[in-house]
Amino acid sequence: MNIEEIKNRLTDIFRDVLDRDSIVLSQETTAVDIEEWDSLAHISLIVAIEKEFKITFKLIEIEQLANVGDMFYLIQQKLH
Amino acid sequence: MTEKFDYPFDPNYLLRKKKSIRRKLIEKNNFLEKRIAILGGSTTAEVKDMLEIFLLNGGIKAIFYESEYNRYYEDAVFANAKLKEFAPDIIYLHTSGVNISRYPSFSESAEEVENLILVEMERFSNIWDCISAEYSCPIIQNNFELPYYRGLGSLDNYHINGRTRFISELNSRFSAQARQRQNMYINDINYLSAWFGLERWYEKIFWYSYKYAMNVEAIPFLSHGIASIMNAIFGQSKKCLVLDLDNTLWGGVIGDDGLNNIRIGKENPEAEAYCEFQQYVKNLKDRGVILAVCSKNDEKNAREGFAHPDSILCIDDFSDFCANWDPKYENIRNSAKKINIGLDSIVFVDDNPAERDAVRSQEPQVAVPELGNNVSKYINILDKSGFFEAISLSSDDLLRNDFYQNNVSRDAAKSRYENHDDFLYSLKMVAEIKQITPIYLNRATQLINKTNQFNLTGRRYAATEVDLISKSPNYIALYGRLQDKFGDNGLVSIMIAAIRGDDLHIDAWLMSCRVLGRNMEYAMFDRLVMQATEVGLKSIIGHYYKTEKNNIVSNLFRKMGFQCVVVGGLPSSCWRLDISEAYTCKNNLIEVIK
Repeated sequence: MNIEEIKNRLTDIFRDVLDRDSIVLSQETTAVDIEEWDSLAHISLIVAIEKEFKITFKLIEIEQLANVGDMFYLIQQKLH
Repeated sequence: MTEKFDYPFDPNYLLRKKKSIRRKLIEKNNFLEKRIAILGGSTTAEVKDMLEIFLLNGGIKAIFYESEYNRYYEDAVFANAKLKEFAPDIIYLHTSGVNISRYPSFSESAEEVENLILVEMERFSNIWDCISAEYSCPIIQNNFELPYYRGLGSLDNYHINGRTRFISELNSRFSAQARQRQNMYINDINYLSAWFGLERWYEKIFWYSYKYAMNVEAIPFLSHGIASIMNAIFGQSKKCLVLDLDNTLWGGVIGDDGLNNIRIGKENPEAEAYCEFQQYVKNLKDRGVILAVCSKNDEKNAREGFAHPDSILCIDDFSDFCANWDPKYENIRNSAKKINIGLDSIVFVDDNPAERDAVRSQEPQVAVPELGNNVSKYINILDKSGFFEAISLSSDDLLRNDFYQNNVSRDAAKSRYENHDDFLYSLKMVAEIKQITPIYLNRATQLINKTNQFNLTGRRYAATEVDLISKSPNYIALYGRLQDKFGDNGLVSIMIAAIRGDDLHIDAWLMSCRVLGRNMEYAMFDRLVMQATEVGLKSIIGHYYKTEKNNIVSNLFRKMGFQCVVVGGLPSSCWRLDISEAYTCKNNLIEVIK
């Protein structure tokens, strides 16, 4: 799956979980940029991403994510 | 992924879309508002969010109090001004295996292990005692799921030092406590986790990362179960199951296939599945769920189906039987009227998706689960839905279907009398109206919390409150039982009135609709006046608070001879009756035993 497609599906997830249709993701986006993205929402996001892509994350992988771009590549890597 | 709140719902859809789902649900109105405190031994955020959605869907708008992380013990046991001020209607204790203080080690003796169990029970009993004393509200308490690992393999289940055995022992003692205590209800996560699958339940990343005691995907099911218990406590459980016949209660179409060819019995797998489903439905009926038939059939054919030698259900099991070619929602409306229950108390099951849709769209108050058309799944779908969740099983529950069947006999008798009073007199009614005693506490509380129509104030009480009130000299708290020549109607009416100065304020007055029009309300009121006069009270103050369903009693106080003193801006009213002068009894048709 290419990064663009992952980005689109991830954007849908963010919009659903955070309930705001105007959310736009870029590689540099972090939790600071999106008001609704708090620690509780973060759990919901991770759960929804795992279900959407049928993947599971390891603890260490989630901890090391610095921005949404890292998440794109982690998902892409898991899908291989 | 679909937006469904009845089982089988999609947990991941609900988790992902919870914010927009909540936003849409909350636009509806006529919510019952309830204050719910969640005291957690692990993270509770998702539990709360999901619970809120299920409650909203069932017509309850919850205001929440959440303890700080893992502060359930401190919040319950120590003075807590914040919780006191919150004044919870219910406290839910979200604890689980992670909150067990210590498991036995292999070196401990039987006495030491028993002691460990006692210490754990002491800790929880202390919580329950403190909550009862301080907040007088119902408690919903999780039991424990089986352990994540078994140090002794299968032996773990019965060896005195096994974790599995330790948890099973605690669970059975929790159950014993719930049986003993008036106001404590177990949320059976031991069953839930087994059903969900322990391996999935213990998706440990949720614990290590976020301190959730279980897989987040299990939480919608957990919260759905809690919401079902809360519905039962608040009297919102369903009361009546309306059933289709062809391919719902038996395989095949009776009108086409004939009695000999419908599939029910032991002859083939499908027939056996229908048999088991009928047995499940029969069990529901035996514990007090009212049954009715709603089928597109000629009545003669429909009835014939129950003449099948292997049919578990019989015609007499149904309080109403509609077999015709009219739209089903019309039949359901008629049945609701005849049985005298609200449409929101009804669950309709049908294998045909078109019929389900038609009922759903025409009568959205009726619950219509996605039964599917695979008979081997019917029981699971209905059972997991929690529609008929109960918090107790009173002797009246066991007799309920008799009450309704007796009503049918009464209606038949009625047609023989020209004058309604003559008919009532012929019933040879005998009432027992007395101060509420502990033996009636459960049934009285149950009646208070589920009666919606003949209910002047709509006020709800927990069993502990009823208990306190019935023992207080500042209250008159009456129950009424009614018998007649067709049978015992059981406990059917409650009055709670507070003495303030020379006045007696009726805080609660309610009566089961199955005895409507029998003069029982007059008999109750006569007794209230009698007791009020005995203690020298001068007047009775009545309050009518309008709810969505109690229009039937909006003029009751006028009928009883009260003067209206205040009509507020609301459609509620306040009434006064002077009893300092002679009072004439209003009931002369029911004999009230001394």
